[in-house]
Amino acid sequence: MKPGTVSTALKSGAIWGFIILELIFFSVAGEFLSLSDKAFMDWDNMLLLLKQSAPIGIIAMGMTIVMVNGNIDLSVGATFAIAAIVLLDSMTWPIFAGLGDWVIPVAWLLALVVGTLLGALNGLIVWKTGVDAFIVTLGAMLGYRGIVFMFNGEQPTSHLNWTLVDFAEAEFLGLATASWFLLAATFVIWFVMAKTVHGRNAYAIGDNREAAVNAGIRVGPHMMINFAIIGFLAALSAVVFYSESGSVNPNDGQLYELWVITAVVLGGTKITGGAGNVIGTFGGVIAIQLLRKGLGHIGADTSTVNLVIGLILVAVLVLDRQLNMKGKEELKV
Amino acid sequence: MTDAKPVLRLENIVKTFPGVRALDGVSFSVMPGEVHALMGENGAGKSTLMKVLGGIHQPDGGTIFMGDDAVVMSGPLEAKAKGIVFIHQELSLAEELSVAENIYLGELPTKSLGRVDWTRLADQTNAILQKLNVGFDANTRVGDLSIANQQMVEIARALTVDAKAVIFDEPTASLTDSEKVVLFDVIADLQATNVGIIYISHRMEEIFKITDRITVLRDGQYQGTVETADSTEESVTQMMIGRTLDLSRNASHHALGEVALEVRGLSCSKHYQDVSFEVRRGEVVGFYGLVGAGRTEIAETLFGLRDPSAGQILLDGEEVRINSPADAIARGISLVPEDRKGQGLVLGMNCRDNMTLPQIDTLKAGPFVAQGAEMEIFDKYHKQLDIRTPGWKQQVGNLSGGNQQKIVIGKWLSMHPKVLIVDEPTRGIDVGSKSEIHKLLRALAAQGYAVMVISSEMPEVLHVSDRIVAMYSGRVMRTFTSEDVTEDNLIQAISGMTSEQVA
Ligand SMILES: Nc1ncnc2c1ncn2[C@@H]1O[C@H](COP(=O)(O)OP(=O)(O)OP(=O)(O)O)[C@@H](O)[C@H]1O
Ligand SMILES: [Mg+2]
Repeated sequence: MKPGTVSTALKSGAIWGFIILELIFFSVAGEFLSLSDKAFMDWDNMLLLLKQSAPIGIIAMGMTIVMVNGNIDLSVGATFAIAAIVLLDSMTWPIFAGLGDWVIPVAWLLALVVGTLLGALNGLIVWKTGVDAFIVTLGAMLGYRGIVFMFNGEQPTSHLNWTLVDFAEAEFLGLATASWFLLAATFVIWFVMAKTVHGRNAYAIGDNREAAVNAGIRVGPHMMINFAIIGFLAALSAVVFYSESGSVNPNDGQLYELWVITAVVLGGTKITGGAGNVIGTFGGVIAIQLLRKGLGHIGADTSTVNLVIGLILVAVLVLDRQLNMKGKEELKV
Repeated sequence: MTDAKPVLRLENIVKTFPGVRALDGVSFSVMPGEVHALMGENGAGKSTLMKVLGGIHQPDGGTIFMGDDAVVMSGPLEAKAKGIVFIHQELSLAEELSVAENIYLGELPTKSLGRVDWTRLADQTNAILQKLNVGFDANTRVGDLSIANQQMVEIARALTVDAKAVIFDEPTASLTDSEKVVLFDVIADLQATNVGIIYISHRMEEIFKITDRITVLRDGQYQGTVETADSTEESVTQMMIGRTLDLSRNASHHALGEVALEVRGLSCSKHYQDVSFEVRRGEVVGFYGLVGAGRTEIAETLFGLRDPSAGQILLDGEEVRINSPADAIARGISLVPEDRKGQGLVLGMNCRDNMTLPQIDTLKAGPFVAQGAEMEIFDKYHKQLDIRTPGWKQQVGNLSGGNQQKIVIGKWLSMHPKVLIVDEPTRGIDVGSKSEIHKLLRALAAQGYAVMVISSEMPEVLHVSDRIVAMYSGRVMRTFTSEDVTEDNLIQAISGMTSEQVA
């Protein structure tokens, strides 16, 4: 067996083992602590969980490719909110008045284009200035959120289109619309990262940027594409979610970046880039949602949930480090 | 060869970095089927010239010709498209990716939808690997390979494209003798297909073995081009450093002192077993063996980086346990590591701060770092080791490879260790500085330091050592004194042959 095999296997399997542990724990604990008498492991409950994972999950797929690339995007929560406003507000614009329900695809398209452009703008700045993505997107996070507040002050932006709500609440083969979008996003990004040249280059750049430059990969444009992808997915997430809810508060999407990053890291993506995959991220998303739901099920409040997830995140990083050291054979650092 | 046109011609290339004129009007040409050596001291501008050619740096002046056309290498991609392959001095690989992906980085074969064509990739790669006769396959993760094998991956890149010119920037620095043979075969094959080859190395014996012409740079200036057949080591050295070197052994026979370090029956699981030796004050002990013989691991154990599984370490006759590098440093053991980039240097930090890093705690004036004391240390070793840098403020990452190595050595010398362990101390270092470092190691011994030198270069161990410990596959085969050692019996010892088998 090659060195590192154990740690790799453990890491790729670990998130699923963790999910199973969670399921067992909450099922058993639920018996004693739960306020409701419904079983935790109920099928409908699990389907609901998948649906509720969608907003964070769709963005997390984009974050995986961005983080494997060696970057990070802190502005996704704000992009999410902007896209939501564009979606809901544009349906009320007088120029689209004559379109009837055709306004829906137009509004979707507008929101997705705006999200993609905002992401691409981040990428362009990272590319052209060489400033660290952390700083650039931190600025964007504040800036984009500022735009959200400029638009409607503290007021929510609302518009309900019943055709749209019907679509969002529809189920196909037992899965909700949002769940389908999550699965589709996962599949597409998996395909890009595992199968395409663009995806493999993302790994190479995150692993050793100089080597990638030397090999003639155009690192700047490459990274911009990934930022555009995550911008698109942040908008897609908003579009899916607000089609159903129909009302966006200016604070919506706040802290999403942190949930998303936590899910990606739990799913085994290296924070420094170069390694990770969306299947792991999918596991990370599910694990977090399970934890939130499970803790709620046994009566814990939000602050406890945050505390527990924080602790788990640190524990995972410590464990990961331990495993990686074993891979390098007893050489101490 | 005389009637052919050069594949490549560089004319009056000028390149300046802040504070350094790295290239000052350098001209240079390569004929098809020629192996052209580029030589010069550390920091002379060899790598920079090649980076200009490879599109990584843009020249401030001068022209590159391919055939009769002046060309502009706007980037690595363009250089590659024009048939220039660059094997870099520092490994330039993505460790998490497979061998195949690294070899074809930037030009993975595709099928529809931008998908990587994995079968084609693996087939092409395995065909190349077969030619190189290496013991790993296309799907191996590069991070799992030894440094030497990683170097072979770099070399494999030369065979992927329809190359017009291939640049090898110090390819043999970490190769074993048998891998070198493979490399030289590869070069001969390329030569046979009329590829022009540029070969950078500080190892004279290689230069004289495989090159046709030699171009020498000094301080960024062109010194001239000579036919290898008409030259000697002395004449080339003269061109490089402006003087000749006294290469005779500095057998300064000073009296040896007490045993400073003794190792008894030391083992470390599968890396080495039952190793015993001693090093006296005033003595240089060389450790010679093939890559993988366990020498580096012994050094790491003595420096507290690895726990031994059995055996004793005695310092000044007293048994000690060394738990960490901090422990080792406190007891007067210093290690100049093999992999300077990974273990020895903070590339983004300046020269002076790198040098004083391990003793920064002791250089305090109140809560602040004593700048004066730091400067003193830097100035001393800057001079002593002849480090080429525009000043202490330069980031170490911007120094030439050899000068980076000197910073590491200066760093540990400044600690005044009792036992100094140097692992491949002159890898990538030019002949002039190499002999300076050898002199320095001898001088340190004469001052009463106990010195361990790990080296894979036979002339080096023969040159500096009072005694030589020959290792093979984790075991000490024999210990030689400078009187009874010969090249032959040293080679026998490190290839695992016992004297009975030989007889
Ligand atoms: N990116 C850079 N920024 C600033 N200075 C640089 C940079 N790259 C190289 N230099 C300087 O240019 C000079 C030439 O360096 P170069 O790497 O070409 O030397 P070299 O001949 O390859 O030496 P070696 O044998 O040690 O590899 C050195 O003084 C080096 O410090
Ligand atoms: Mg160089």
